[in-house]
Amino acid sequence: MNVTTPINLTQAEAGLVDRFDAARTGLAGSDAVAALRAEAAGQIKAKGLPHRRVEEYKYSDLRAFLKSAAPLAAAVTTDEAKAALAAAETLGGLDRYRIVIANGSYVADLSDIEALSAEGVSVTDFNAALAGTNGAALLAQPKSAGADGVLALNTAFVQGGVVLSVKAGAEVSKPVELVQIAVSEGAQVTRCRVELGEGAKLRLVETFAGKAGAGETNAVFDYDVADKAQLAATRLLTSEGAGAVLATTLSRIGADAELKTLGFIAGPDFTRNQQFVAFTGENSEAKIYGVTLARGKALADQTLIVDHAVPHCNSREFFKTVLDDDARGVYQGRINVAQHAQKTDGEMMTQALLLSEGAEMANKPELEIFADDVICAHGATCGEIDDDLLFYLRARGIPLDEAKTLLVLAFLSEAIEEFGEEDVTEALEQRVRDWLAAK
Amino acid sequence: MLEIKNLHARIAEDGSEILRGIDLTVKPGEIHAIMGPNGSGKSTLSYILAGKEDYEITEGEILFNGENLLEMEPDERAAAGVFLAFQYPIEIPGVATMEFLKTAINAQRKARGEDALSIPDFMKLVKAKSADLNVTMDMLKRPLNVGFSGGEKKRAEILQMALLEPKLCVLDETDSGLDIDALRIVSEGVNKLRSPERSMIVITHYQRLLDHIVPDVVHVLSKGKIVKTGGKELALELEKNGYADYVGEAA
Repeated sequence: MNVTTPINLTQAEAGLVDRFDAARTGLAGSDAVAALRAEAAGQIKAKGLPHRRVEEYKYSDLRAFLKSAAPLAAAVTTDEAKAALAAAETLGGLDRYRIVIANGSYVADLSDIEALSAEGVSVTDFNAALAGTNGAALLAQPKSAGADGVLALNTAFVQGGVVLSVKAGAEVSKPVELVQIAVSEGAQVTRCRVELGEGAKLRLVETFAGKAGAGETNAVFDYDVADKAQLAATRLLTSEGAGAVLATTLSRIGADAELKTLGFIAGPDFTRNQQFVAFTGENSEAKIYGVTLARGKALADQTLIVDHAVPHCNSREFFKTVLDDDARGVYQGRINVAQHAQKTDGEMMTQALLLSEGAEMANKPELEIFADDVICAHGATCGEIDDDLLFYLRARGIPLDEAKTLLVLAFLSEAIEEFGEEDVTEALEQRVRDWLAAK
Repeated sequence: MLEIKNLHARIAEDGSEILRGIDLTVKPGEIHAIMGPNGSGKSTLSYILAGKEDYEITEGEILFNGENLLEMEPDERAAAGVFLAFQYPIEIPGVATMEFLKTAINAQRKARGEDALSIPDFMKLVKAKSADLNVTMDMLKRPLNVGFSGGEKKRAEILQMALLEPKLCVLDETDSGLDIDALRIVSEGVNKLRSPERSMIVITHYQRLLDHIVPDVVHVLSKGKIVKTGGKELALELEKNGYADYVGEAA
């Protein structure tokens, strides 16, 4: 085999290579960061975008989806960002702090930095950190992610973001919304680091708004949850648009800590929400939820790898998917249990509800267990709305569409309620209702 | 109220004929009991009245207050006043009982052109009616029928009936799975709903229920046809002699 044979780049891949050459001098970071960026761009040039023959992307062929490389979104003024935000609905009247990223760059003037500072939360520009001596460390990625193509795209092009640090012991009283708004068309590439000090507590809501046009949204969230800390993060991938929406979570969980996440997908044509979760301390818990809605020809992919690298940790993975028309859903979940990670308790379930003949779900739950004293379970179901349930509701006078809405909501609510973040329950359920009503 | 004329029906999936020419007229205020052995078509008749799609009507018609019932969707029938108390009330995880009741009441009101009930009015109504049926707040907070005992499910069905105030109540073996006390509570609930404007069809295997809910007319259904019609004393006779006499007649 000749591994050096260059591949034939697609139009989008060639465009990405050109985009990098044009943008590289303007992208933030130290020399070490620049080298990492060049290496990542080199990976795209050598291997192309992830495609169906790459195991992790078997069901979500990004190369086939991405027809061309849109330019990176241009920088915007605070006023432009403000106007775009005012027009965007993200979380309604929820009482929260806000941190704003517009066209890939942090907008301090629109963020509640003073109020957050009073709560023990510091927010700094990711680009400033990238330029610092430890800049390259901010782009580190876990082993389990391998040479992930979406991460490489992010590393090459990341335009900005924030480093959000919650000091030890601080319990932030209100949820923090990290909103990323596409003010104008173009690719939006961001990376945010969220650090919780020992015993800190934070409720984070990650939202995306605006119109990125054909540009891809590539957002990485890097969570560092110290011992005894608790992070609950809700991610809403609900922007409407033709561009790919790619979100990646990298998280490390210390001892006696808790990470809870819910990834909500409804809207984009191509979405991948991938999470790499690693336990680094004992007696910790990760609860990972997913709620996915897709119709038309959309593809929605929820992928995760949970690494039980240490003993005595619990993880729960619970994913719900509703598909209509010719939409395709993907769930790939893997629990790895290292040889010495005894007393691991892992419970993974993925359930899909298909509303049409043309919808298709790929469910791939996996367990890889090297320890001998663990409890691990996985399950997958795929079905239609139960006619008997529907008839019962209709026999009580509830019209067909309303009855379907009730049942779909009931199906998804199991995950939303188990996630149990009351701040966002109503917003999530409303988005499900809106999605169903938009048919 | 209800006129069933020469109703023939079969199971859509396999074509097996279940109803073979039912004629039944129920006048306002009347209670009709339908008795008969297993497999005689009792439950099928109740499902067809409520609009379940698994059956194909091959002949005959059903008029409900002069309207062609068979052309109406299940929810339209409910809004028009048809209520089926299910033999096996179904569990619906994730749908809170209260939310379901409110949605059902207001959907029917909307279909009839009435205003939605306000939340306080709705709560007041539910509290009053559930007390009669010994339905606790705890039950109402749970998902619909989930984890309810057999008796609780049947009481919840009758609560729905009391709240929706239908014109025609079809009770499909409401007595099955009930102990003596639960039977009494359910029957009292049903009797409270008796009125000159409301008709009922009570489907049962046993005379026992008819001691509590006293019918005006008793029919014997066998092999998809009504083979005998009489007064409430017919139920007593059946209890004593069984269905053997009538099953033979229909064959």
